[in-house]
Amino acid sequence: MNLRKVIGNTEMKHGTREALYGYSFVLIWIVGFAIFTLVPLIQTFYFSMNQVTVTATGIELVFVQWANYTRALFTDPNFVELLIGYVIETLAAVPIVLIFSMIIALFLNLDFKFKGLFRTIFFLPVVITSGPVIQELTSQGATSVPGIADSVAVMNFLAELPPSLRNPVEYLLTSFILILWFSGVQILIYLASLQKIDKNIYEAAAIDGSSAWESFWKITLPSLATTTVVNAVYTIITLSHFSENKVVQYIFSQTYAVQGGIGYASAMSFIYFLVLVTLLALVYFLLSSRSRDKTL
Amino acid sequence: MNRYYLDVMKGFLFGNRSRYGLIFTVMLYMLLIAIGFVYLYPLLFMLVTSMKSPGDLLNPMVQWVPTEFYPGNYIRAFRVLDYPNTFFSSVMISVIPSVIQTIVCSFVGYGLARYRFWGKNLLFALILATFIIPAQTTVIPHILSYRNLGLLGSSFSLILPALFGQGLKSAIFILIFYQTFLSLPKVLEESARLDGASDLRIFFKIAIPPAIPAYIISIIFSTVWYWNETFLTVIFLEGGIQTLPMQLMKFVQAYENLYPPGMVSILERLNEAVKLSGTFLNILPLLLMYFVLQKWFVESVERTGITGE
Repeated sequence: MNLRKVIGNTEMKHGTREALYGYSFVLIWIVGFAIFTLVPLIQTFYFSMNQVTVTATGIELVFVQWANYTRALFTDPNFVELLIGYVIETLAAVPIVLIFSMIIALFLNLDFKFKGLFRTIFFLPVVITSGPVIQELTSQGATSVPGIADSVAVMNFLAELPPSLRNPVEYLLTSFILILWFSGVQILIYLASLQKIDKNIYEAAAIDGSSAWESFWKITLPSLATTTVVNAVYTIITLSHFSENKVVQYIFSQTYAVQGGIGYASAMSFIYFLVLVTLLALVYFLLSSRSRDKTL
Repeated sequence: MNRYYLDVMKGFLFGNRSRYGLIFTVMLYMLLIAIGFVYLYPLLFMLVTSMKSPGDLLNPMVQWVPTEFYPGNYIRAFRVLDYPNTFFSSVMISVIPSVIQTIVCSFVGYGLARYRFWGKNLLFALILATFIIPAQTTVIPHILSYRNLGLLGSSFSLILPALFGQGLKSAIFILIFYQTFLSLPKVLEESARLDGASDLRIFFKIAIPPAIPAYIISIIFSTVWYWNETFLTVIFLEGGIQTLPMQLMKFVQAYENLYPPGMVSILERLNEAVKLSGTFLNILPLLLMYFVLQKWFVESVERTGITGE
């Protein structure tokens, strides 16, 4: 209330007063961002340029410049392979999630009985998906499509593939249901934007003699373009932040390893961050340039 | 005459403008049931397997229907998980930060939606950045400073970031509140201002009441995400507080402490049925919450209009 008095007395301009109140509402976030995100980010970057040893009293730093980065990229036999696997798996999972959630959303947008029941089913995984649960279910073989991943033909096919390609394909087969489980929120987002499409457009198209099939490609799909970008970004981030992600687990295991240490883990986490941003930018530009073509 | 019946039949089978045809309806339900089954397959598998006795597990004839009612797996999993304690700490660890986070995010969302000030776009960019930045890139300095402050193993290590709007997926909640407050009419607010109400008073008395659904949705989602979080809880709480998912992660070890492999009969050895019982006990509170509050979950996106650009 003090602030109000001061402002009242000095007869500030309305705009300045408004801005001050605005800042006071978001101030706590700005402070938090500085303390909990910005400073740690800079610190991590600093650690990544050092050999860090944790002692009883604190930490000791020895400056090594880019050595941790070159080690991660050129010496470490696991990191780059895990990173490539992560990129391929994510790029494979995103279209599956997008197409699946769009189809389910289109279904749920229709009028039929027991719609609520099906909605409940398709949204259920959002609530129960956590690292240890997924871990248990995968290790018991509950997440693969029954009868496909363990058939002889598939085994033989997998054996023919080069190892860098085999792992992602194997991942797709053994965790197919799991990938679908990551589409809950995306289904809701698609559903919401389907419901925003004006029904009159369909009416008008039907009068002009367009079939339901044409209406879907010419009206529905272009209207979902922005939503698709949002969903793609959301999917990539969820998959990348998931605690069962192999790169995440490897970085974490190196934090406490004798050979690795904090400096090395910091360097790897920065490389991972850059790869994630590149992936996001790639998918963003790919999808948004496509959608621009479509709306024209 | 013949043609008329043909048209009626055609309408019945293939549908017309006002209703779906029989073929379409049957196809729709078949597809939905098939997809729904594949979707629920892991859960059904877990539920069935967790109820199998050791005999049933070994019997290849028993696939989906256990031969007897066998609660033994659940009794042992309940003990191994130390259920009452871990359940209680899970509730504390998920509800407290999520309530705090929701309140703080609503402040930030309101500030962004209702006031014009310089640097708003930059602020949005930074908020999005916090959503993208992986926890790995910031967690090590957190560990070190929490260690210095003696906060490792205490719930404050999760509450503090939430208090400053940097909790789990805070960006999403800020955007939800931004959308919510943006869609409220400004007229009420302006008339209250003319009557001399202060900005804080306007926020509490006029902006919050119609935004209650957004608050409920945020608290529910935030609670679920905190409950399921294991990366940060393992790092920050290990040694102090044991949540349910954390205990599930070391299920094997905890089981062998309670039932040493050499000491118990073959029927009491650790098997997948006991493990899956533990997994089911782990998600049971979330399932119950989901079925009680499902309206809020599935209608959340429509209510909050989160998709609006």
